[in-house]
Amino acid sequence: MELKTKVNAEAGKQDMVITREFDLPVELLFRAFAEPELMEQWMGTKVLKFEGRKHGSYRAQTTDAQGKVVFSANGTFHEFIPNKKIIRTFEMENTPMGVQLEFYDFEKLTDTASRLNAHIVYQSVAQRDQVLKMPFAQGLNWAHDRLQEIMNKSK
Amino acid sequence: MNLRRDVFQAIADPTRRAILSLVALQAMTPGAIAGNFNSSRQTISKHIQILTECSLLEQKQQGREVYYNLNPDKMKEIADFIEPFRKMWDDRFNKLEAIMKKQI
Repeated sequence: MELKTKVNAEAGKQDMVITREFDLPVELLFRAFAEPELMEQWMGTKVLKFEGRKHGSYRAQTTDAQGKVVFSANGTFHEFIPNKKIIRTFEMENTPMGVQLEFYDFEKLTDTASRLNAHIVYQSVAQRDQVLKMPFAQGLNWAHDRLQEIMNKSK
Repeated sequence: MNLRRDVFQAIADPTRRAILSLVALQAMTPGAIAGNFNSSRQTISKHIQILTECSLLEQKQQGREVYYNLNPDKMKEIADFIEPFRKMWDDRFNKLEAIMKKQI
């Protein structure tokens, strides 16, 4: 089966390209990136600030049940062309991940289908690889935590 | 505890990537590998050592010669490393698609 979401990260390069085709008109796909209420739903984070325009900026934050901040990020828009293009920076706060530059291209395929092309550039090869490895490492951590929980219960 | 070299660090170097693509075609002796580069034999030997330490290259003794070839399992491991990242975005985009379909 052809994978819907593709990640192209060539070895030794400091960028990556994520592509995905959607069964959505390009206008709807763009709205998912341009309206904070919608973004909150699929990103699973709270949008604190969103100025969807050139030189505008955004901030997002996720808190756990105790109100502790577990994720916060911010960035600035360099280009914001409806149904066509978004260029923005993205920085995860309080992490060593650095700032990344993101080029989102929204492409109309048919009246009901569209494609997203996200080109993400990092400061270094090491930083990109760090980001790539994060979900893998998290998966390991979660597996470890679950194991720990089970072990604690069986004590 | 970092006994083994980081595979990502190993493939970050263009010369080492060139070595990998050479031995991907056929098993080669260090001399034959070095013959493809302008760098000194010593430099190439160091690169081969790094690639071997992180298991990207496998050593095989054939008579008096040592041959190196690519370890496909290790290469697959690199590809698999990216899979959880891809899956994360795939899940996120599936959610986006489902939410936006409700907007129609």
